[in-house]
Amino acid sequence: MANLRIPINSNFTSRFVSFLNRSFSTNKALNAQPMTVRDALNSAIDEEMEKDERVFILGEEVAQYDGAYKVSRGLWKKYGDKRVIDTPITEMGFAGIAVGAAMAGLKPVCEFMTFNFSMQAIDHVINSAAKTFYMSAGRVNVPIVFRGPNGAASGVGAQHSQCYGAWYAHCPGLKVISPYTSEDCKGLLKAAIRDPDPVVFLENELLYGVQFPMSDEALSKDFIIPIGKAKIEKPGKHITLVAHSRAVDTCLIAAKELAGQGIEAEVINLRSLRPLDMDAINASVMKTNHLISVEQGWPTCGIGSEVLARIMESEVFFHLDQPAIRITGVDTPMPYAKTLEEAALPRASDVVTAVKKILKA
Amino acid sequence: MFLRQSSLVLRKYLKNTHKLKLFSTSTSTIDYPGAQVIWSGNLSFTNSHSYPPISTYRVLNSKGQITNNSEDPKLSNDVLEKMYKDMVLLNVMDKILYESQRQGRISFYMTNFGEEAAQIGSAAALSIEDLVYGQYREAGVLLWRGFTIADFVNQCYGNVEDKGKGRQMPVHYGSKKLNFVTISSPLTTQMPQAAGAAYALKGKNKVVICYFGEGAASEGDAHAAFNFATTLDCPVIFFCRNNGYAISTPADEQYRGDGIAARGPGYGLNTLRVDGNDVFAVYNATLKAKEFALARNKPVLIEALTYRVSHHSTSDDSSAYRPADEVTHWATHLNPVNRLRLYLEHNSLWNEDKQKEWMKECRKNVLTVFEEGEKKVKPHWNEMFTDVYKDIPDHLKKQMEEMAQHVEQYKDKYPVKNFS
Repeated sequence: MANLRIPINSNFTSRFVSFLNRSFSTNKALNAQPMTVRDALNSAIDEEMEKDERVFILGEEVAQYDGAYKVSRGLWKKYGDKRVIDTPITEMGFAGIAVGAAMAGLKPVCEFMTFNFSMQAIDHVINSAAKTFYMSAGRVNVPIVFRGPNGAASGVGAQHSQCYGAWYAHCPGLKVISPYTSEDCKGLLKAAIRDPDPVVFLENELLYGVQFPMSDEALSKDFIIPIGKAKIEKPGKHITLVAHSRAVDTCLIAAKELAGQGIEAEVINLRSLRPLDMDAINASVMKTNHLISVEQGWPTCGIGSEVLARIMESEVFFHLDQPAIRITGVDTPMPYAKTLEEAALPRASDVVTAVKKILKA
Repeated sequence: MFLRQSSLVLRKYLKNTHKLKLFSTSTSTIDYPGAQVIWSGNLSFTNSHSYPPISTYRVLNSKGQITNNSEDPKLSNDVLEKMYKDMVLLNVMDKILYESQRQGRISFYMTNFGEEAAQIGSAAALSIEDLVYGQYREAGVLLWRGFTIADFVNQCYGNVEDKGKGRQMPVHYGSKKLNFVTISSPLTTQMPQAAGAAYALKGKNKVVICYFGEGAASEGDAHAAFNFATTLDCPVIFFCRNNGYAISTPADEQYRGDGIAARGPGYGLNTLRVDGNDVFAVYNATLKAKEFALARNKPVLIEALTYRVSHHSTSDDSSAYRPADEVTHWATHLNPVNRLRLYLEHNSLWNEDKQKEWMKECRKNVLTVFEEGEKKVKPHWNEMFTDVYKDIPDHLKKQMEEMAQHVEQYKDKYPVKNFS
């Protein structure tokens, strides 16, 4: 389905210049060269296609047009029609074909122009891709990656602005990744392509044009980030902020502001939503004794709900000095109006306010 | 060679139109329930070479002449003039709103260049009571029905006059008054919904027309819509604007076979294929489709062959995937608006002076309305609490009351004058 199909290829780099300054402050990144999220994704697919001839990409306009968001730029020229396949506008068709190809031994990277359109194909993603290994008693695995932009973009209205993190993370059999930086994207997409199970890889449209530093290690063709491991983006001792995708940025901005007021927030970039790295969260909460989850998705049955519930069920609960809370997208279809759209998503100021309230600072 | 109508076929056809019998008394034939049986001793494929392409109905040639007088729709001069004037007005509005997006004044826009005849011709053949499900490139249909330039502009600006309360992206028009269902972003959802609406409207002397593109026809929803409309006998006209491109995907990569029309008979749909750049052909076809749908309570498929001169939307640059010459060729030599103008000029219904005058009026009208629309205030702020549920839940009511008090208390701090 898919829709009005509204690729917005604006370069958002300027809005996110703060990333660079912030990230350059770490030692490892001193020698790092910047790379956009788009290029990191592109190099991940390119390297894996080069490495393994079973890997191929299919989706709407991924070939000659280089993909609606240019993530597959240059791949068609390099690998040709056989491995970079433009499809008719039928998500349930190409998702089904990709699942079939994976069952038959290939390693498809199936691009949804946006994850909003994956709704047309969700039966293949869940009932076929996620369950076939189990239903076939372990005989047939489905090594497939479903990828594309997820979550709110900008000014594209309710039907094109929603986070599917919680939807897919709900389902056993799937692995779900929601990366933030260029390194996340490269290392995790490569891991996803090599993974023997179906992986849902949720990118963010507004991050595509953003540059992040890439370490020498990350530039290597062997660079892999393990699925299911979170990353501490910024260490801190007073409160733990758990987030994924663009909400990590919100937390980092908030943490910077809080640092100026003497509050050291620890920011955890979840990277994977399923499996969820509770070890990392638990360790952090045991250190900070305070927890807030931040996400752009809706509150009910969200990723934050899951994190908080698991804390509640564990020993770590007794380490909390205050109730843990969720900061989420507003419980409403996404407004089209620019100002309301901004207000419908968590902002750094929301995080700052919540942190101060929790810490009674 | 197409299937020959043997007497056997005819006999079975007659029989089947009455009632399908699962058990035949004849010894020479078996009535399988799934299809009519014609026995053959030759094993051969049926494919697109088995019969010629479905013919394309045309009334006006590219010089604006009626080729067969019996097909002249004999429209009144007023209707002819409205057809042409609406096409030109649509062009002018598109040009100005497209530019306004380029200037950052609205966020998004989609133009209708090249498909004016498909829109206006089909709209003119229907009555206002007939229900329209559009895809997104049907502004001409709305214009024909009486949606004003102000209505278009207000929607694109999402101002207080926008019936959609500023909740949708630009071009997601809708009008309950004009029986035009609001455009929905997800592709092809309109097709099964149109079949459902037609099912509900059976016997009410109305038809539903559902517009879609050849790209949308690839979605599973299209299949479901065709199959349900035929099996449930829904009076719906599926109107395909086959404009050659689905964003960057050309029709020859979208499907194989003889276009969208060829799918019709396979579903049991009565099908017409027309020159979509010929406003009279489109008019006649739509009128015939409506008459048939009403008389028989059955769906019709129309495939209008046309060409998308526009970029897909303001998010698309079609020069990346199609040659400029191709676009120019269609925009000039095969332009549907010019074709109607030639016809009108042959018949002394239009001339250069009228053209200049109308162009001037259109520009003035659109620019005036555009400036007014830009200045209008936004919908009332409390609209952000409404319409998620029919009855506002208590927690939202509470928030709304809190906000009302807050805004009242700090009205000097907020741009309240920008909201109605």
